[in-house]
Amino acid sequence: MKSATKKFVPVVTAVCLVGVVVLAFCLAGCPPKPQPTPPGPVPGAPTPAKPAPSGEPVKIGAIFSVTGPASPLGDPEKKTVELLVDQINENGGVLGRPLEVIVKDDKSEPTETVLATKDLIEGEEVVAVIGPSRTPTTMAIKDYCQEQEVPLVSCAAGKLITDPVVSYVFAVPQTNALAVQACFDYLDREGIDKVGFIYVANSYGEDGYNNAKAIAAEQGVELVAVETFGGEDTDMTAQLTKIKAANPEAIICWGTNPGPAIVCKNAQTLGIEVPILQSHGVANMKFIELAGDAANGIQLPAGRLIVYDQIAADDPQKEVLDKFAADYKAKYGNPPNTFAGHAYDALWITVKALEQAGEADRAKLRDAIEKTEGFVGTAGIFNYSPEDHNGLTADAFAWVEIVDGAWKLTE
Amino acid sequence: MVGKRVTKIIRIVGLVVFAAVVAAPLLLGSAYLTTSAVLIGIHAIIAVGLGLLMGYAGQVSLGHAAFYGIGAYCSAILTTRFGLPPLAAMAAGILVTGLIAIVLGAPALRLHGHYLAMFTLGLGIIAQIVFNQARGLTGGFSGIASIPRFSIGRFTADTDAEAYLLVLAVLAMVIIMAYNLVNSRPGRALRALHESEIAASTCGVDVARAKLQVFVLSAVLASVAGSLYAHFITFISPDPFGFGFSVELMVMVVVGGARSVWGPVAGAALFTVLAQFLQKAGERIPYVDALDTVLFGVVLVIVVIFLQRGLVSLPDRLGLGADHGQKQGA
Repeated sequence: MKSATKKFVPVVTAVCLVGVVVLAFCLAGCPPKPQPTPPGPVPGAPTPAKPAPSGEPVKIGAIFSVTGPASPLGDPEKKTVELLVDQINENGGVLGRPLEVIVKDDKSEPTETVLATKDLIEGEEVVAVIGPSRTPTTMAIKDYCQEQEVPLVSCAAGKLITDPVVSYVFAVPQTNALAVQACFDYLDREGIDKVGFIYVANSYGEDGYNNAKAIAAEQGVELVAVETFGGEDTDMTAQLTKIKAANPEAIICWGTNPGPAIVCKNAQTLGIEVPILQSHGVANMKFIELAGDAANGIQLPAGRLIVYDQIAADDPQKEVLDKFAADYKAKYGNPPNTFAGHAYDALWITVKALEQAGEADRAKLRDAIEKTEGFVGTAGIFNYSPEDHNGLTADAFAWVEIVDGAWKLTE
Repeated sequence: MVGKRVTKIIRIVGLVVFAAVVAAPLLLGSAYLTTSAVLIGIHAIIAVGLGLLMGYAGQVSLGHAAFYGIGAYCSAILTTRFGLPPLAAMAAGILVTGLIAIVLGAPALRLHGHYLAMFTLGLGIIAQIVFNQARGLTGGFSGIASIPRFSIGRFTADTDAEAYLLVLAVLAMVIIMAYNLVNSRPGRALRALHESEIAASTCGVDVARAKLQVFVLSAVLASVAGSLYAHFITFISPDPFGFGFSVELMVMVVVGGARSVWGPVAGAALFTVLAQFLQKAGERIPYVDALDTVLFGVVLVIVVIFLQRGLVSLPDRLGLGADHGQKQGA
C-alpha cells in the first residue's frame, strides 16, 4: 500500500504541475474573443468566388503569430488579410482569378514557422509568403525562402531581415533607424544636444540604442546617460534617478509595453520635467491605458495609421488610411493597429506586384516586388530597389504628441 | 481473451503499419511531412531520456528544455563562430550539459523528494535568461542564423530526407541503448529504487549514484537532440527552449507511458501529429488551432485516469499483449 502511494506521488505531482501549466497556457494563449461584428462574411471561411474572378485561385501564403505571446501582432494581421481578401475578390480578384490567402498560425514560435512555410511552399505551392509577425520567426525561414526562390514579404521590423539584402526577402514595417532619425530631427528642431537614453534589454531596445549612438555622434548630440531595463521590470526609478542626475535636456525611451509606460509614471513621480520621447513601439492604445495621466505630453514618431483622422486632406496616405480604418472598424468594431497596417502593406504590395508580373510566377513576382515604386501603404510610401528591400524613408513617420489621453498629430 | 493466432497476426500487421508510417515521409517526398517527422524524432530522443528519468528513477525534471537549448546553442555557436565541425560541436554540447547535470544532480539527488524538479526548474529559467541576454554569444532575441547542416565526414544532411534518416539513426541508437539499460543490472536497480529507495539500498544499490547516472544520461540525450535541431532548422532563438517546452516534454512522456521505452516515442509522435492536425483544421474553422492546449489537457487527464501506464499499455489493456518485455516484473 505504502509503496503504491509512493509510486504515484511523482506522477500525481507531475500531473498537477502539468495541469496547472496547461491551464495557464490555455488562458494566456487563447486569442481575444472575437468582437461582436456586424453581419458579414464568416472570418476564415473560404470566400466563394464572385462572378468576376474565375479559374484556379492565385494562392498566397500568410504566416502570423495568431496565438502565443505575439498574438497582439498576429491576430489583427490575420483579420486584416481576411478583410482584404474579401474586398479584392469582390473587385475582380487578381489576374482575373480569385485570390486565396492561406493563413497559418506560427504560435509565435520559429519551429512552427518553419513547418508552416514548408507546407505552404511545397504543399500548397503558394506564389509568395507574407508575414511572419516577429523577427525571430522571420529569420527562421529567411534562408529557406531564399533557397526555394519564393518571395517573402515580412511584417517584422528587425534590421537583420533586410540587412544584408537577399533577393527574395522584403519587409514592410518602418525600421528603428528611421524612427531614431525622426527623434533626432525633433531634437534638432528644439536645439537640444544633451539627451538621456533608456531602453529595454531586448533586440528592439538594443537596435534603437545602436542607431541612436550612431546618429548622436553624427549630429553632435551627447548621450549624457544611458540606462536599460528588463522587459518585465516594474520600477525604473533607479535608472531615471541616474539619468536625472546627468541633467539631460530630453529623455528618449526605447521599448515596447509595458516598460515605457512605467518609465513615464516614474519620471512623473520623480518630477522630471524635460520632454520624454518614446519610440513607435508604444504607438498603441495600450500604452496610453498603462501610463494614464503620465502619458500626456509624451512625444513620439508613429506611423500615420493611429492619427488617420487628423492628417491633412491632401496627404497622399489620407485616402488609403481612411478607407482601411473605416473598413476594419466596420468589420471588427475597433480601429486597426500598426500591425494590421503591416499586413495590409504586405498583402497589397504582393497583389499589385502580381498584377505587374502578369502571371503567378515566383521569379517574376520577385522582380515586380523589387520594382515597387510609389506604393501608398499604411506605413508610408514604398519604393523598393535592389539595394533597399524595406523601401521607406524617415517621412514614413508622423510626429505625434499625446494630449488628454489621445494621439495628436503635430507638424 | 484473444486467441494466440489473432494476437500474432495483429502484431505482424502492427509492425508492417509501423514500418510504413516510418518510411512514409521518405516515400511521399513531402518536405512538410519529413520536417514533421524529423521534429517527432528529435522530440522522441529527448522524451526517451526523460522517460528513463521519470519512469524508472522516479524523478521529475522541469529543465529538459534548457538542456535541449544548451545543446542547440553549443552547436550553433561553435559551428558558426569557431568553424568547428558539427560532430565536434555536438560533443562539446554533450560535455557541457553533462557537467551541468552532474553539478546540479549530485546534491539534488542525494535528497529525498522532488528537489531535482526545483533545481531543474531554476536551471530552465536561468538558461532562458542567458539565451536572451548573453547577446555577444547567443545573438539575444534575434538568435543565430545560417547554422550549417549536420555533417559527418563526407556525409552532409543537406536535404530533409537525409536529416530524417540521420535523426532516425540516432533515435534507433537511443532506443536500443535504453532497452539495454532497462533490461540490465542498472535498469533493475533503477526500478527497484523507484519502488522503494530503502529496499534498493539494502540490496546494495547506490541509490544516489544510480539516479545521478540516469539524470546525466537524459540531459545528454536532450543536448544531442538540441544539436540535431539546430543543424536541421539552421536557425535558433531562445523561443523553443522555454519552460513551456519542458512541460510539453513531460506531457509527452506521461501520455505515452513513462515506464516503457516506446511510450515516450509514442507520446512525442502523438503530440506533434495532433498539434499539426489542429493547425490544419484551424485554417478551415476559425480558432480550432488554439484548442490544442485544451485537447492536450483532456488527453492527459484521460490517460492519467484510465491508462496510467500511458498509451503503450493500450494493447495490453485490450489483451493483445504486444509489449510483454516491458511489463513490470516480467
